[in-house]
Amino acid sequence: MSVRLYLPRDAAALACGADKVAKALAAAAPGVPLIRNGSRGMLWLEPLLEVEYHGVRYGFGPVSAADVAGLVSAGILEDPAEVSHPLAIGIVAQHPFMAAQQRLTFARCGVIDPLSLDDYIEHGGYKGLERAMKLAPADIVAEVTKSGLRGRGGAGFPTGIKWKTVLDAEASQKYIVCNADEGDSGTFADRMIIEGDPFQLIEGMTIAGIAVGATRGYVYIRSEYPHAIATLTEAIHKARRLGFLGPKVYGSAHAFELEVRAGAGAYVCGEETALLESIEGKRGVVRAKPPLPAHKGLFGKPTIINNVLSLTAVPHIMAAGAEYYANYGMGRSRGTMPIQIAGNVKHGGLFEVAFGITLGELVEKIGGGTASGRPVRAVQIGGPLGAYFPPALFDTPFDYEAFTAKGGLIGHGGIVVFDDTVDMAKMARFAFDFCSIESCGKCTPCRIGSTRGKETIDRIVAGIDVEANIALVEDLSQTMKLGSLCALGGFTPYPVLSALTHFPEDFRRTAPAVAAE
Amino acid sequence: MSRHEPFSVARTEELVAQHLHLEGPLLPILHAVQEVFGFVPEAAVPVVASGLNVSRADVHGVVTFYEDFHQKPDGEHVVKICRAEACQSMGGEELAAHAERCLGVSFGQTSADGQVTLEKVFCLGLCATAPAAMVNGDLRGRLSRAGVEAIAREVGR
Ligand SMILES: Cc1cc2nc3c(=O)[nH]c(=O)nc-3n(C[C@H](O)[C@H](O)[C@H](O)COP(=O)(O)O)c2cc1C
Ligand code: SF4
Ligand code: FES
Repeated sequence: MSVRLYLPRDAAALACGADKVAKALAAAAPGVPLIRNGSRGMLWLEPLLEVEYHGVRYGFGPVSAADVAGLVSAGILEDPAEVSHPLAIGIVAQHPFMAAQQRLTFARCGVIDPLSLDDYIEHGGYKGLERAMKLAPADIVAEVTKSGLRGRGGAGFPTGIKWKTVLDAEASQKYIVCNADEGDSGTFADRMIIEGDPFQLIEGMTIAGIAVGATRGYVYIRSEYPHAIATLTEAIHKARRLGFLGPKVYGSAHAFELEVRAGAGAYVCGEETALLESIEGKRGVVRAKPPLPAHKGLFGKPTIINNVLSLTAVPHIMAAGAEYYANYGMGRSRGTMPIQIAGNVKHGGLFEVAFGITLGELVEKIGGGTASGRPVRAVQIGGPLGAYFPPALFDTPFDYEAFTAKGGLIGHGGIVVFDDTVDMAKMARFAFDFCSIESCGKCTPCRIGSTRGKETIDRIVAGIDVEANIALVEDLSQTMKLGSLCALGGFTPYPVLSALTHFPEDFRRTAPAVAAE
Repeated sequence: MSRHEPFSVARTEELVAQHLHLEGPLLPILHAVQEVFGFVPEAAVPVVASGLNVSRADVHGVVTFYEDFHQKPDGEHVVKICRAEACQSMGGEELAAHAERCLGVSFGQTSADGQVTLEKVFCLGLCATAPAAMVNGDLRGRLSRAGVEAIAREVGR
């Protein structure tokens, strides 16, 4: 038989029953090869079964174990192109959600077997490292700078400039640290790429190591991601066994070693200096800057700390050239952004596209509106520290500066959609609550202010001195903005104030409505 | 929990020794201790501290800082439900309340019979297949009321 089956091992697919489907397939189609790939990112279709026939992949989803027998008897193993079945979506690569993307970082995700180095190399893997090895370290850094790549973890700091600082630092030991703490609600791109194409992260970190003269790297993955931890750990073992990591990377004079570290359930450890403290075995308390991690980072040594998406963009930049990458995008936001569409949305998933697409296109056209079928009322962009935007701001292009101009931020690129049942006073209260739970405790405005903010919103909701208490929340937000060392305390005002600005009516409910709750 | 070993100093020392070659070994050690004993017993703290040549206060400070490490054993089953924004947008809060009723235990608590611990988490990275939960390490997406009831049966409620 000439067909081959693909069924994701991605955590979202597993959460929707992929392992049960795999079991049913083994029983209904014994002997047919089944590859456990990453996810394509069309998460509403997970588990998405793909049947490869004459080199073309046809999709069926979302498949449950109970659907398997029916799919097999409909003929998916003979000629999937001819099968008419309610779950058939046709050729996966031609699906409108896929065809509308510009996948660079996620080009292989969902396509290859994540743990096959052969697959990785066959699909263009290690081309970036090959080119980097022919360049002088300063030229690698210059290439990253020229690409316009900005940190995808949230702050949008130019990656090349960070690398240059570490390159120029003199030290006996330097480190590359990958931030895979991905704590923002509405984000899962780091998880998906680690589970679906882990060698790309290994390659990106290796290039970073060669560029700045660092011989050790750490990937700090949050403990909520056990599958990502397992996949990357296995990929590192394989890479080491085959000479892609170790004392002579790729047969060269360069040494590079990589280790996975698991987080322990603290959101603040996504902040770069708290993360370094955590790897060092300390409480995840934010460090004052300066010194920058680039000067005194992990164990006091010069350290590059970058988000997963920043590091996984690098192999492509090196392979295709800085200009190729920089040709995508708008303004000072160059390249592509793996955007995550989540929450109450019909077609949620990972959508990688050049900067410049509007928020409305993403939510309404790509995402298809709400899953509930009700009108969209609000979207939160950039995680728990990101602003809530109403549909009136849907013409905002996905671009660092454009979002700042509208009082928001793109953060790690997550969009959470809410329908018209959302209570924005509740969401503002949650923002304060989240901040008070996750605060590292170092600054008073963050630690105490967030608790006071929560209590004040409770009073507003109860109808007590509403206008005075709203003014108090605004005041408190100002204090948190100015008096916080990091963005946890400093940016919590974004969701709070955007909710107050764009949805004022939710804070001014009449007393009887409150009493009825 | 039955799948965990009873605390012993010797076993703790062994776990410390296994990780001493690492740079910054404390978190990996605490994860290992919790994996083996099911929690981080108070009595493990001085053993870890002396193994690493740091103060008890340092180790204690780390254990208490991180949500993952707990100083008491969990219930036989651990149910974690996501309470973050994307899950809230899909009715996660009503489901969370339903889970408290079905499991007969509140968030952050272990049932009196030691059967179930219910915990909140902020995001499992399943935000496009929300609401999400984790049951004894197993992921659940697109959780419904019926799904919550099925979890309750699974953990013997
Ligand atoms: C509270 C808080 C949480 C953060 N969480 C993350 C995270 O989960 N992942 C991440 O890459 N950056 C996170 N950041 C941003 C990092 O501090 C840092 O800017 C980033 O790792 C730098 O990498 P980049 O330049 O590649 O974006 C967080 C920042 C704060 C203040
Ligand atoms: S703002 Fe909050 S989390 Fe950030 S350093 Fe201050 S107390 Fe810690
Ligand atoms: S917000 Fe619940 S899984 Fe991300």
